[in-house]
Amino acid sequence: MEFLRPVSLGEALEMKAARPEAVPIAGGTDVMVELNFDHRRPAALLDLTRVAELAEWSRDDSVVTFGAALPYTRLINELGTDLPGLAIASRTVGSPQIRNRGTVGGNLGAASPAGDTHPVLLASDAVVEVASARGTRSIPASEFYLGVKRNALEPDELITSIRLPKATGPQQFAKVGTRNAMVIAVCSFAISLHPNESRAGAAIGSAAPTPRRVRQAEDFLTEVLDWESPQALPDSAKRRFGELVASAAEPIDDVRGSAAYRKHALAVLARRALGWAWDAYREGERSCA
Amino acid sequence: MTPQRSAYTRRTVLKSTAAATAVTHLTSAPAIADDGGTSEITLSVNGQRHRVAVEPRVTLLDALRERLGLTGTKKGCDRGECGACTVLVDGERIKSCLTLAVMRQGAEITTVEGLARGEELHPVQEAFIRRDAFQCGACTPGQIMSAVACINEGHTGSEAEIREWMSGNLCRCAAYQNIVAAVADAAKETPR
Repeated sequence: MEFLRPVSLGEALEMKAARPEAVPIAGGTDVMVELNFDHRRPAALLDLTRVAELAEWSRDDSVVTFGAALPYTRLINELGTDLPGLAIASRTVGSPQIRNRGTVGGNLGAASPAGDTHPVLLASDAVVEVASARGTRSIPASEFYLGVKRNALEPDELITSIRLPKATGPQQFAKVGTRNAMVIAVCSFAISLHPNESRAGAAIGSAAPTPRRVRQAEDFLTEVLDWESPQALPDSAKRRFGELVASAAEPIDDVRGSAAYRKHALAVLARRALGWAWDAYREGERSCA
Repeated sequence: MTPQRSAYTRRTVLKSTAAATAVTHLTSAPAIADDGGTSEITLSVNGQRHRVAVEPRVTLLDALRERLGLTGTKKGCDRGECGACTVLVDGERIKSCLTLAVMRQGAEITTVEGLARGEELHPVQEAFIRRDAFQCGACTPGQIMSAVACINEGHTGSEAEIREWMSGNLCRCAAYQNIVAAVADAAKETPR
């Protein structure tokens, strides 16, 4: 196995162009499991840990852009205020040791339907910035996931950064697992309120071949939420929202849970997360008034 | 630079024999990429620099245990789930099974062997003994390294907080109650 160690993004892209089969490695928390158990024998590894620009971030008034190799711990500590939903999801990844190394870029590269950050990226209108020696592309998260562990990257492309609007309203994330640490999600749910657009984004994970937005459920919220003078949501509306979320799922039976359980649990997660987010919005509106 | 202790055990001899056999096979099958290349790297462990020859696929964990003879760091699951292989890299706790040795050149690595000052144990080690925070001891080096980081991070405000921030380390003897007590004890004694 060849080990490629670029020190700049330009060099990394040249190497990827010359060796498209090279597997990128940054945090290693996913790739290393495959190597240790011989599930994968890549001809080459592309070590991205020396490419400084991949672990940097920047922000302006409305948008945060962070490098694909920024570890979760730094994302939580340094960007948690601007990206609360992503921070909540990141806090549930693995364990402290995993979060010191794991990255959102790795989550996207692996494109597992169970990746923890995907639902938040979808609900928050994230854009995945990718690059190759040929140039750069911006791929909306909603077009990034193509199938189980398949994404929209071309073989010579690398994920360089993730761009998200700063939160303009409450965001929530919830997942089901057998314990709080070191579990792959049985199912997960994210919601981001966008009061400036009078709408909400919502998405599910680990409940279909890809993470996916739940557009019918989003449309339902556009109908029932009164952003100008927010009222307490009736239970019937929360329940209906949960049903619509569950109906968008196409889960499978596997060792972690049955399809029926996943649908049930998603409806519960969605109902609760909507309640938390909407109550926080109402609270915020009241304190502003 | 310290002289390299030979870390050959029966197991590694068996392994290298198997590798040699595999290489013979590969020469007759040129379609398979050659992966036998080793590179000389320098690892800085517990304040000492070591030159070591490793293949790119060798994890930091295997380099520590089998090349440097530092067997305090334990191999539990080899997939990042159990935490037995936790070490500090530039002060941050990571799982040494989930990183390649070649990726950690230039970093300062601390293993459980690097905590004591001569005969004087680290406060976390003292607390683990005082609180009887282990039974079989297999997870203990990882628990201790994780605890050192947990205390440095300031995540010891309550029992619940300690449990949450020690959640990446499993103890199959279930000595958790005493581990939490030991971490809380050591946190009181450790200036941050």
